[in-house]
Amino acid sequence: MMWSWIPQNWSQIWHLTWENLKLGVLPALYGLIISLPLGVVAARWRWIYPPVLTVVNVLYAIPSLALFIALIPAFGLTDTTVIIALTVFSLCIILPNVVEGLRGVPPSVRQAATAMGYGTLRRLVTVELPLAIPVIIAGLRVSVVSNISLASLGQLIGVSSLGYLFIDGLQRDFPTEIYVGLFFVIVLALVCDLILVAIRRVLTPWQPRRQRRLERRLPLRRVTA
Amino acid sequence: MSFFSWAWDWITESANWHGSGSIPQQILAHLGYSFLPLLIAALIAVPAGVVIGHTGRGAVFVVNVANAWRAIPTLGLLILLAVFLGFSFLTWLLPLVVLAIPPILVNAYEGIAGVDPDVKDAAKGMGMTPWQQVTRVEVPIALPLILVGLRTGAIFVVATATIAAYIGLGGLGRFIIDGLASNQYGPVAGGALLVVLLAVVVLALFALVSRLVVPAGLRGQAKLGRTE
Repeated sequence: MMWSWIPQNWSQIWHLTWENLKLGVLPALYGLIISLPLGVVAARWRWIYPPVLTVVNVLYAIPSLALFIALIPAFGLTDTTVIIALTVFSLCIILPNVVEGLRGVPPSVRQAATAMGYGTLRRLVTVELPLAIPVIIAGLRVSVVSNISLASLGQLIGVSSLGYLFIDGLQRDFPTEIYVGLFFVIVLALVCDLILVAIRRVLTPWQPRRQRRLERRLPLRRVTA
Repeated sequence: MSFFSWAWDWITESANWHGSGSIPQQILAHLGYSFLPLLIAALIAVPAGVVIGHTGRGAVFVVNVANAWRAIPTLGLLILLAVFLGFSFLTWLLPLVVLAIPPILVNAYEGIAGVDPDVKDAAKGMGMTPWQQVTRVEVPIALPLILVGLRTGAIFVVATATIAAYIGLGGLGRFIIDGLASNQYGPVAGGALLVVLLAVVVLALFALVSRLVVPAGLRGQAKLGRTE
């Protein structure tokens, strides 16, 4: 371990961390934006969901590197290629969680909202989606953390990320660089994970801190895919 | 030319099917690199998940640590081990085991922890020993979810065994890494397509296995993918 390497290369490390953050977070956001309407549709018309789930499972089986490669002819060796590929994976993780989250809303709650005169849209936005937040955020956590880790593979097709430090470290046989890369990828992922936990707490103040019962009771089958 | 036409031209080129480093050889090597890590990860993570799910001890650990665990970049770990251990057995084995553990562990845990408490009470009330409760009641009920975890782990490993080629090993990643290095898109696309096909075969295999081993009474919910 050569500690002096770190301050000497600080600006580069910082730049790569920033790139890696972008490649990890943007796809999760895009995935969420696409998943919300799709999930609402799949939760409402139940017959749509099983075929959608099959498609999601097959898409999720595509190796990230293979998907990067498949997108190269269309988007070149650019950020866009990596972002689109990771958006697909994020979608695969987040969509089932949106559906499970919405389905997990107890029928009695839904009926109470209807009885109070809520229309379908208002009930969805003010009652059902807020109650689904813990499950949706559980999916976001998995997708952000895996994206940040997978984004380092983008370096294999020349898209800059913390993966650069691994590859450069290997080529120069310089372990310090590899340690720094590993450390920053993991710390970056953990920080994002903690931020998402904090966001969930802010958005769902009705949930008891210790035992988040709704989340525990819901089937986490898809959360973990 | 699109990805598929590149891939197709390369895969159907008969020269790629013969001799050393041919497609069939690399597929076999790839399966070899995938099977052992999955087996080891399953032997560690399934029992751990079952024990934690049954006792409820360490549940917080599973839920939080398993997610953080996914942050470990496989490529980084592989390269780190390559620098220290050279091209040894552990160099490719360890990162893939690490990769497959979280989905298997979390699903096994959720499966067992999610067994209806009434069912657990009934098993206890019938005088089953804890061992019998776990093996005859909880594990069969959790089986669909345990299989989902194994399937996800298997797909991760098959997909990621590709990067073993980066440190000079075989498998389908050989075509991708060599192709990228020599700027030939044909083998890159062909190799990538073969990995995808292999992953889809694994997916289908697990669908078949779960049809065979999941108790008949649980099949409906396994198909729908939900537990309520």
